[in-house]
Amino acid sequence: MIINILHLYPKNMNLYGDHGNMLALKRRLEWRGYEVNVIHHDPGDELPEDIDIIFGGGGQDSGQTVVEDDLKIIAPKLKEFIENGTPTLVICGLYQLFGNKFVTYEGHEIEGAHILDISTTGGEVRLIGNVLIDTPDFGEVVGYENHSGLTYLGDGVKPLGTVITGDGNNGKDKTEGVIYKNCIGTYLHGPILPKNPKITDFLISKAIEKKTGKAEALKELDDTIELKAHEVSSKRPR
Amino acid sequence: MLRISIFIGKLIQKISRLRGGGSALPGLVVERINPSFVKKVLSKLPRGVAVISGTNGKTTTTKIVAELLEKQGLRVFTNNTGSNFVRGVISAILENISISGKFDYDIAVLELDEAHAVKFCQAAPINYALLLNVQRDQLDRFGEIDHTADLLQKVAAAADRDVILNREDPRVSKITAKNPAYFGLSEELLAQFPSDDDLIESSEIKVSDKPAKVIMDKLSGSHATYIIDGKSFDADLTLKGIYNAFNAAGALALCAAICDDESKNESLVQTLSSVESAFGRGEVLKINDSEVEILLVKNPSAFQLSIASFADDSYDFMIVINDNYADGRDVSWLWNVDFSPLSKVSMVSGVRAYDMALRLKYENIEIGEIEEDLEKAINDFTKGSKRPKRIFTTYTAMLAIRKIISGKSIL
Repeated sequence: MIINILHLYPKNMNLYGDHGNMLALKRRLEWRGYEVNVIHHDPGDELPEDIDIIFGGGGQDSGQTVVEDDLKIIAPKLKEFIENGTPTLVICGLYQLFGNKFVTYEGHEIEGAHILDISTTGGEVRLIGNVLIDTPDFGEVVGYENHSGLTYLGDGVKPLGTVITGDGNNGKDKTEGVIYKNCIGTYLHGPILPKNPKITDFLISKAIEKKTGKAEALKELDDTIELKAHEVSSKRPR
Repeated sequence: MLRISIFIGKLIQKISRLRGGGSALPGLVVERINPSFVKKVLSKLPRGVAVISGTNGKTTTTKIVAELLEKQGLRVFTNNTGSNFVRGVISAILENISISGKFDYDIAVLELDEAHAVKFCQAAPINYALLLNVQRDQLDRFGEIDHTADLLQKVAAAADRDVILNREDPRVSKITAKNPAYFGLSEELLAQFPSDDDLIESSEIKVSDKPAKVIMDKLSGSHATYIIDGKSFDADLTLKGIYNAFNAAGALALCAAICDDESKNESLVQTLSSVESAFGRGEVLKINDSEVEILLVKNPSAFQLSIASFADDSYDFMIVINDNYADGRDVSWLWNVDFSPLSKVSMVSGVRAYDMALRLKYENIEIGEIEEDLEKAINDFTKGSKRPKRIFTTYTAMLAIRKIISGKSIL
């Protein structure tokens, strides 16, 4: 079986080893005997019809402006994929742009893709450091954050988890990230997937379920190194 | 005021040394009591002040520039204490200035971190700058890569004589200056140097349209050819690694600009041949049964270039990753390095040994052993097989390795 993974803006949104998330998805599919086809989407490209998993990372400010215009064009189709349950992971910059709007610190308003019911305002300071959160679906999740945007969730979505250490969405309400249908948005770099294999496997199993029409248990993998790296990360200073 | 500052500074230096303290305190105190101290001392230097900055290669490049100029007969003041903050420069001055204020040097060649280089330019006038590269560092220190380029632009603007820029670095080549001069690579060598953006996404090789004062034309093993002001010179380098050879082109450009005498270019290249790497930049040590090369890797581009230079199946490899404050807390950058040229890593260690192991696992690279305890890891790695060995290490792990080795008195 071939699994098609859409990688959004790999050239412009490429900070913090977020590409490691692609590698985590790819390998954990391959190790289970699936074939993987990675599709890069750059500004100006057309979205393909057949997509099983969507991924997009964070970027520096100069990357973000190029992406905003293209995202406006593909937003309706992306929204359709996500409403239909396509498993999706967006990090930091794209997490913000998947929301309703981003108001910069200077007061300039950027229209979001309206896929996730969240809104972000630019903050005065950067929230930087190791993060540990507790999630109902995946247990403790580790990562690394570096953002100045403060994100608040709307009524239609729930947070990915509750902050144990770190700042999370906005440093105030203890929430981190968002989960809506099978779409996860988060500030966590690290990258998040290699050290949190439960999230990787969630995205994979949802993709296979959607493709085959039936939910089945994934083949077990030896996660000794993953879990040890997770444990070490969860104990490091901010 | 100058003499009082020197007196107090030297006094604190003596006291803190007796107590086994670090080198930053005297600088810190003098900076407080006499903010114009650096300016007063350095502005008297007849040949001025040169600042070397950028993400990678500062220490070795500064060492090259200092040695090249010394060989030309200049008395060179440099901050080789490893503290590249303004206060580190002050501490280094205090060690070398007489109590009466006599500071017997012709020129200062200073290695400064990007952010501290800007602070330094505000504290003292600078004449020359050599800006090496802007690469993804541990991003938690400065925020973002474009911000770092802005910092270097400020340094370039502060230099009133020559500013030497790496034309092959997309962010550095854009920097403007009153008197810019460039160093670069021949088209043939350009393919061997991934730019920081290439690490993310392979892109077409772009040949710069900027004329270069110094070009590294050829590099084969230790043999390098440099073209300075249109004339070709050969060097047999002691320095290891293609990135050091390239930064040497920047060093040559800066020295040629300072000497401003074409007849000296040949002897500059001659001196370059004998310059050795700084500790952790390719130095070879004997540990237990093995010859071990220590290779400092602070960020993805340095790591990438190091792997490109040193991946070789006749060597055993060890990787040590720490995430202490000086290394940067964030270890995400390991995922921006392409490890595929390594077929096996025999030992993985450091505070973040498992993060490194995880990275290798997802690249399908064989891992020999994972041992978080560095001393045990070094011992296991160097005992038994006599095969030559290479250790890639982050900054604080490099210091720890040095301590372990000297503690075992096998250095």
